[in-house]
Amino acid sequence: MGAALLESLLGDGAALAPAAREAAVAALRRDGLPGARDEAWKYTSLRALEQRRYADGDAAAATRAVDPATFSLPGLDGPRLVFVNGAFRADLSDRCALAGLEIVVLAERPDALAALLADDEPGARSDAFARLNTALVGDGALLRVAAGAQVAAPVHVVFVGASAEVDLAWQARLRVELGEGAALTLVEHHVGAGAHAHLGNLVVDGTLAAHARLDLVQIQDAPEGAPLVRRSTFHVGEAATLSAHTLELGAQTMRHDLRVELAGRGARLRSRGVFALHGRQHADTHLDVRHRARDTACDIAWRGVADQRARGVFHGAITIEAGADGADAQLSNKNLLLSAQAEIDTQPVLEIYADEVKAAHGATVGQLDERALFYLRSRGIPATAARRILVSAFCGAVLGEVAPAGLRERIDALLAARLPLEEGT
Amino acid sequence: MLKIDNLHVRVAGKEILKGLSLEAKAGEVHAIMGPNGAGKSTLGNVLAGREGYEVTAGSVTYNGQDLLALEPEERAAAGVFLAFQYPVEIPGVNNTYFLRAALNAQRKQRGEAELDSMQFLKLVREKLAVLHLKDELLHRAVNEGFSGGEKKRNEIFQLALLEPKLAILDETDSGLDIDALKMVADGVNAMRDPARAFLVITHYQRLLDYIVPDFVHVLADGRIVESGDKTLAHKLEEHGYAWIAGRKLAGAA
Ligand SMILES: Nc1ncnc2c1ncn2[C@@H]1O[C@H](COP(=O)(O)OP(=O)(O)O)[C@@H](O)[C@H]1O
Ligand SMILES: [Mg+2]
Repeated sequence: MGAALLESLLGDGAALAPAAREAAVAALRRDGLPGARDEAWKYTSLRALEQRRYADGDAAAATRAVDPATFSLPGLDGPRLVFVNGAFRADLSDRCALAGLEIVVLAERPDALAALLADDEPGARSDAFARLNTALVGDGALLRVAAGAQVAAPVHVVFVGASAEVDLAWQARLRVELGEGAALTLVEHHVGAGAHAHLGNLVVDGTLAAHARLDLVQIQDAPEGAPLVRRSTFHVGEAATLSAHTLELGAQTMRHDLRVELAGRGARLRSRGVFALHGRQHADTHLDVRHRARDTACDIAWRGVADQRARGVFHGAITIEAGADGADAQLSNKNLLLSAQAEIDTQPVLEIYADEVKAAHGATVGQLDERALFYLRSRGIPATAARRILVSAFCGAVLGEVAPAGLRERIDALLAARLPLEEGT
Repeated sequence: MLKIDNLHVRVAGKEILKGLSLEAKAGEVHAIMGPNGAGKSTLGNVLAGREGYEVTAGSVTYNGQDLLALEPEERAAAGVFLAFQYPVEIPGVNNTYFLRAALNAQRKQRGEAELDSMQFLKLVREKLAVLHLKDELLHRAVNEGFSGGEKKRNEIFQLALLEPKLAILDETDSGLDIDALKMVADGVNAMRDPARAFLVITHYQRLLDYIVPDFVHVLADGRIVESGDKTLAHKLEEHGYAWIAGRKLAGAA
């Protein structure tokens, strides 16, 4: 694979320290990026992206002007870690100390970064973008919550893509480790400072020890021209709970893999998500949930909206492995097409190899209810506002319980701002 | 206020209204009666601006302007209100939020100041008291899970709140028990005003015992085939719609 993207980033140097990096580079050179025949990428072509050239990271990341207003969110006044074009910015961050929480910035601790790469989750080693991340990543954060600690404030981790002289590719890592009975709220937030077409590539992995709880809020509001690839992997231990709210609003070509392993008895996942797309955006969301122990439960409800010529993909795979008896798996995905040129593909996949399992899944793709639209308009609400009200209600059905307070209203506003909803578009 | 002249309307390729004419002045209550399928709801929908209704001939003039040229929201802001025969359920949209959005959207279009939430709640309480309604309906999603009677009362509540100039009530009485019917009628009667006109569409004469009309029209086969005062409703009740059909034939002969 002599693709420009890999040539530009890997060059011919790549004399990289840990063995993991060398292995990743070798595998990338051998296999390249996924092609059309790769089942997991069948709705998302990388052809155009593959031909682009990117600078590796941003040497001027430390001096890019970023207005803190671009990432400030209501209800978040605890620790904040801001990465600009993949590099940590102490001046924009706030590492206020909270009991039970350890924050490590990876660029400041090469030993921690090396250890993290050496201890990569196995699936990442066969994923092209995770390989690229392993090969090139130089920054990110490690969040460690001590056993029994209930971290008092949400941690806000911001990834800012800032405009630069050239298109660049940034890599970042985020690792979250929750000790037994620990609890943390984490907000992963993607925004832009100025227009750009940088390729962002984030790998997140988390482990939840027994009885731990992670409340994860992912707000992806990247600039519209920017391709963004994320892989989030969580290992959920006995009686631990991962509750995730995911909002996909921005980026151009967007791929997000959310992989959750319900590894301990009674482990639970609650996933709520919305993608709302317009223009020529393309967003491909892959959920892969594995029930590996008895009495594990997942409850997944996602909604998708596509306007204009946007394309949305939702792939929701649940596997209940042999021995995961008594598992409970619920998946629902409802979608709205707001224009005749928009497209949404949804694929719920359920594989069951265990006994006494409760499982249900359903997916729909429909249009705005014309009767409801007329009802609102007949009361004086203009068409655009009426469409906005209906779309907001549709998405709101799965965003009801976003914590912390105040965030929900901001999310509604972000949604409203992203959808033009003019008629005839 | 309203002048409908020789209106022809086609729905899904089929002509439903076939030369309907009707005039209503401010302060008047017109009852429109007719058998099922006569085109009563079609008339209401055309006046409110619903899509899918093709006007092939005729005109509708409302306070001097061409009503058919306006968008549904513009008609609402100009004072046209349709109480739906089948009010629509809108999950996830809070009823209070909806009502305030509607009222403020109309006020904005008319160049009036929008109401803040305090002013709005005050107005809501006044209207609830007049209609003897419980505020419980306000906290739910628009019409979601409402009983048939609750939906109709919610329509009348919107009527009271939005204070239109031309109110069209499409079978607001159907499916109501006698107490609910009286409540709806009380609401409408409280709204009667020299500056306001009503078109009360109904299948049964019963409602007209409580909302006493100034005029009664019979709509059959897409036209007004008979007009008269309130006694016409009683004749219809006695003889049935077949009586009208018979008179029409006799007239044609
Ligand atoms: N959307 C529609 N598509 C097809 N036919 C319709 C539609 N709406 C009304 N009709 C037809 O038009 C005629 C009149 O309907 P309607 O106005 O609802 O009558 P009414 O309210 O007097 O009972 C009926 O024959 C009905 O089947
Ligand atoms: Mg009808």
